[in-house]
Amino acid sequence: MTRHSLNRMTPYMFIAPAALVMILALFYPIAYMVWGSFRDWDPSQSLSETEFVGLANYIKLLGDAAFHESFRVTLVFAFTVVSVEMVLGVGLALLLDRNIRGMSVLRTLFILPMMIAPVVVGLVWRYMFHATYGTFNRFLESIGLPRVDWLGQNPLLSVIIADTWQWTPFIFILSLAALQSLPRSALEAARIDGATAWQQIWFIKLPLMMPVLIVTMLLRLIDAFKVLEVILVLTGGGPGLSTEILALRIARTAREFRELGEAAAMSNYLLMLLMLLTLGMFAFTRWQDARAQRLRPAAEEEE
Amino acid sequence: MPEIRLERLVKRYGDVEVLHGIDLQLADNEFTVLVGPSGCGKSTTLRMIAGLEDVSEGEIWVDGRPVSHLEPKDRDLAMVFQDYALYPHMNVAQNISFALRLARRSRAEIDAKVREVAEMVGLTDFLHRKPGALSGGQRQRVATARALAKDSAIFLFDEPLSNLDAKLRGQMRAELALMSQSVQKNMIYVTHDQIEAMTLADRIVVMHGGYIQQQGTPRDLFERPVNKFVAGFLGMPPMNFLAGDIEVVGDDVFVAGAAFRIRLSDARAAAARKHSSRAVTLGIRPSDLKYDPDAEAGSALKLNVEVSEYVGAQSVLLCRCGPERATVELSSETPMALGATLTFAVNPDRVHLFNRGTEVAL
Ligand SMILES: Nc1ncnc2c1ncn2[C@@H]1O[C@H](COP(=O)(O)OP(=O)(O)OP(=O)(O)O)[C@@H](O)[C@H]1O
Ligand SMILES: [Mg+2]
Repeated sequence: MTRHSLNRMTPYMFIAPAALVMILALFYPIAYMVWGSFRDWDPSQSLSETEFVGLANYIKLLGDAAFHESFRVTLVFAFTVVSVEMVLGVGLALLLDRNIRGMSVLRTLFILPMMIAPVVVGLVWRYMFHATYGTFNRFLESIGLPRVDWLGQNPLLSVIIADTWQWTPFIFILSLAALQSLPRSALEAARIDGATAWQQIWFIKLPLMMPVLIVTMLLRLIDAFKVLEVILVLTGGGPGLSTEILALRIARTAREFRELGEAAAMSNYLLMLLMLLTLGMFAFTRWQDARAQRLRPAAEEEE
Repeated sequence: MPEIRLERLVKRYGDVEVLHGIDLQLADNEFTVLVGPSGCGKSTTLRMIAGLEDVSEGEIWVDGRPVSHLEPKDRDLAMVFQDYALYPHMNVAQNISFALRLARRSRAEIDAKVREVAEMVGLTDFLHRKPGALSGGQRQRVATARALAKDSAIFLFDEPLSNLDAKLRGQMRAELALMSQSVQKNMIYVTHDQIEAMTLADRIVVMHGGYIQQQGTPRDLFERPVNKFVAGFLGMPPMNFLAGDIEVVGDDVFVAGAAFRIRLSDARAAAARKHSSRAVTLGIRPSDLKYDPDAEAGSALKLNVEVSEYVGAQSVLLCRCGPERATVELSSETPMALGATLTFAVNPDRVHLFNRGTEVAL
């Protein structure tokens, strides 16, 4: 081997160990899951003993009402929480983007929910939602309103409230960072041009924050599709199938129904959905970069 | 075309006072330039007029009306920022028309106005570009066009040319001078570039350390600076300062320093006689020093050339005058060797005298 080609190999040799770990840790489990999804697989069997069934698991799921319901609940949950969190998070950021004394303390307080372990969040909210002892119902009673059976009658609403409480701060801090990196003089120019506070938000701040907001939203959406702990602790998926999001359904299929192949197929459906979202995100940032690239040389040619 | 008056304007950031009572009156259609070294409070003054900074004390009057409590949008002014402050997500036409659209003008009126100002600054071909796809000079034009489109009575500039390269800056400066003649507005222009100040201004206001040092026409300030700071700030190369003592010998008054003794003209002599202390600083602009080997000792400086900077037809010589330094200009054709001692004639009517302690002109 010539010195030259050795030199060219060097970088690859350096990344080889990391690449190996990646392949083992990341691709092996995924490949295992994809492989398993084509098999009729009981947890007591090892994968090699199982029978190959082709796309049977996938096809069965397409006609499975419980899976449909779970899919629907997941979509409703994910899109609702992300919409509500976006509105609240961006709104709070717009409100708190000013330099008043004590604001930094307030900002720190706002992001506390995000730092709490989801299981703990679930437990705390379960207590607060409790029909008789819960904070909410005691409050409702004290102001003379009837109690609400939060987890029994409004389970989806309850988990949406808990998730919103936990994850609005995520959107809040990213929006705040985006706001604070906006060109200050452009906002001053808008004030001189006659824009009211609302017009500044609508015509200047939001459009300029949009790239960050879109990426934030996609990140949150991907996360919301995989939500598990809070709902597991709060409602366990019930009552009935009312809050059985996909992650829960997958866990139950695997452990209660002992259908590992079907659970793997379900995971793959979720994976495909998330990959579509991720690709969407990449496509969006690529498109933005490309647009910036395309316009820059044009400017440099002139003058 | 309002009359603007700043009355004892004070600005504090916390405990730090950065402007100490600015009094200034700006007449109709005047092009006023605030000039001074970095950090002297020019931008702060301008931003207080614009309403972007709160006034700590004092008042801003526009046509006899106090305005310091008004929002920027209610002050009827337009501003060009140092970094242009364009709206990055809007194209040139949208940038220019933003104020008009907020004011709910009619479509036709907006289109006409955009075309008119774009024509004025030469942007007609770029109306659909975003600012990110424009060069520095083009962005500067968009910023100017956007301010022009507003048709407000007061026009504020905060170092609008300082981000451009030297050649483009000269070109834009000429364009601005042309524009200021054709649009009748009150313009207030901040810069730390004294050439911009001298060429553009009807009135220059020199600031330093949060105080106004002097104001007046460029010629006033150049010929009759009230203190050493103003004298040294305006003019390129800057004025030479040499320490000296006043000596009265019969009818004649001399300023004598370590390596010179210059007789003052009658007018200067009268001022020097009245002066209580003898210690002065003599100020002579390089342009008032002419190379003249035959100059008589009472009106000449003998300078020892240390460095020669060739800048074309003229060379700038950095010289020694006794223990001090002085700068002179010399035609590049004059034969001259480094280390040589040359004699320069002083124009006695154009020397400046400053109290050495207070630095105020005599
Ligand atoms: N937000 C602030 N907080 C505290 N001090 C400030 C603030 N803004 C400006 N200053 C101080 O006020 C003084 C005047 O600032 P200003 O921006 O008006 O200077 P300038 O004359 O425009 O200088 P330059 O030519 O560098 O732009 C400076 O000493 C600066 O440090
Ligand atoms: Mg400034």
